Amino acid sequence: MGKPQLLVHDHEDNVGVVVVEDLRAGTDMLCVVTADNSDRHLIAKADIAIGHKVALKDLAEGDTVIKYGEDIGRMVGPAEQGGHVHTHNCKTKRW
Amino acid sequence: MPLDFSDTTIQAWRRENGRVGVRNHVIILPVDDISNAACEAVANNVKGTMAIPHAYGRLQFGEDLELHFRTIIGTGANPNVAACVVIGIEPGWTKQIVDGIAETGKPVFGISIEQKGDFEAIRQASWKAKEFVHWATDLQKEECPISDLWVSTKCGESDTTTGLSSCPTVGNMYDKLLPNGSYGCFGETSEITGAEHICKERAATPEAAEKFMKIFQAYQKDVIEPYKTSDLSDSQPTKGNILGGLTTIEEKALGNLEKIGKSSSYIDALGPAEAPAMGPGLYFMDTSSAAAECVTLMAAAGYVMHTFPTGQGNVVGNPIVPVIKISGNPRTLRTMSEHIDLDVTGVLTREQTIEDAGDALIECIRRTANGRVTSAEALGHQEFSLTKLYRSA
Repeated sequence: MGKPQLLVHDHEDNVGVVVVEDLRAGTDMLCVVTADNSDRHLIAKADIAIGHKVALKDLAEGDTVIKYGEDIGRMVGPAEQGGHVHTHNCKTKRW
Repeated sequence: MPLDFSDTTIQAWRRENGRVGVRNHVIILPVDDISNAACEAVANNVKGTMAIPHAYGRLQFGEDLELHFRTIIGTGANPNVAACVVIGIEPGWTKQIVDGIAETGKPVFGISIEQKGDFEAIRQASWKAKEFVHWATDLQKEECPISDLWVSTKCGESDTTTGLSSCPTVGNMYDKLLPNGSYGCFGETSEITGAEHICKERAATPEAAEKFMKIFQAYQKDVIEPYKTSDLSDSQPTKGNILGGLTTIEEKALGNLEKIGKSSSYIDALGPAEAPAMGPGLYFMDTSSAAAECVTLMAAAGYVMHTFPTGQGNVVGNPIVPVIKISGNPRTLRTMSEHIDLDVTGVLTREQTIEDAGDALIECIRRTANGRVTSAEALGHQEFSLTKLYRSA
């Protein structure tokens, strides 16, 4: 297996994490699920910084964001598959 | 097959009360803020001693004062401290601190400044400090099982890489060391928010679960509800967390909990700086998520080594406890490697398993216990920050 650009904790997750610097839009990312080392490919739709999240499928406003197989907040704006998910379109349900 | 660490030993100092220390400090400890100058003068007079100045200790009362005493006494009582000189403005509280530390059986000397002045207090304390340094540097290390170590953890300047690499590395270390009889500790009450259901499930007993939930709910009711702001004014997550890609407190909390591993469960939930009293195992402690405050409280509870995962690069240290920094973020390793003791970037590139990273951390703990200085020690990071519960009288 080559070095992945994107890591995902669990199969239920709808976001993954960029683990390389200088990821550019259009990159064909190797995406590995750490739970079982399975992999898939995904095209990055934006330049996304290391550590930042990528939508694994199209996400709409109101959708629950799943990471670690758990609820980590809700979408407050859309993100297309391969797009950036962060504070501009995702928010806590707590405060 | 995971490595077996039951026969691993360290060279360390066994103290009068049987606990094991990995450093051999002679500290000059102020009871209160206005005794800092005298303590620093003594530490300047006598090489090989260390003053631990801090900001509080006057006009405190009730639970806040109890926490102050517990933290200062716990710091002097920590097995990494061979001997201790205590200086306070007046004799009453000074004696309380001295008596508390003396229960460990270690040498401790107290002096108060009122009716003497700094000069006379510094003179007497310096003579005693010099005697302590000669005594402490004569003490010999002995071979001790690694299970005698009390190892705490708290992460800082976290990002999404900590939940993927450095936090599960600490969790793997706990899964391997705790079954052999070590003591562990995690905390960060506000940073469990969003993962409190998981944390509750990780209690070893219903009593521990209930105690944790009581602490968690009290924090929500007494602190969050009256004072909350959106994302707690960029404090949860912090601006650094957000730059690193963490978006919500729930996401941060789930990464935080990776530090307690897969199989470990906590046997009790402690108050801040409270010493564990239910034998070997993992403990939750009610602490802030502010790095220096949290490490200070865990050190005061008796932990002698701290493991600190970081993503964006927290630089914290502690005066008496070695703080081992672990990072898996390649950018942080590239830009600020002088702060990192263990590089686990291989976990992100899938060239290193969490099992291997956990073994590497245990080896790093062993070498640090044997005397290798941490990055924080080499760089002089000695942050000692007291937790204050409410305003002084």
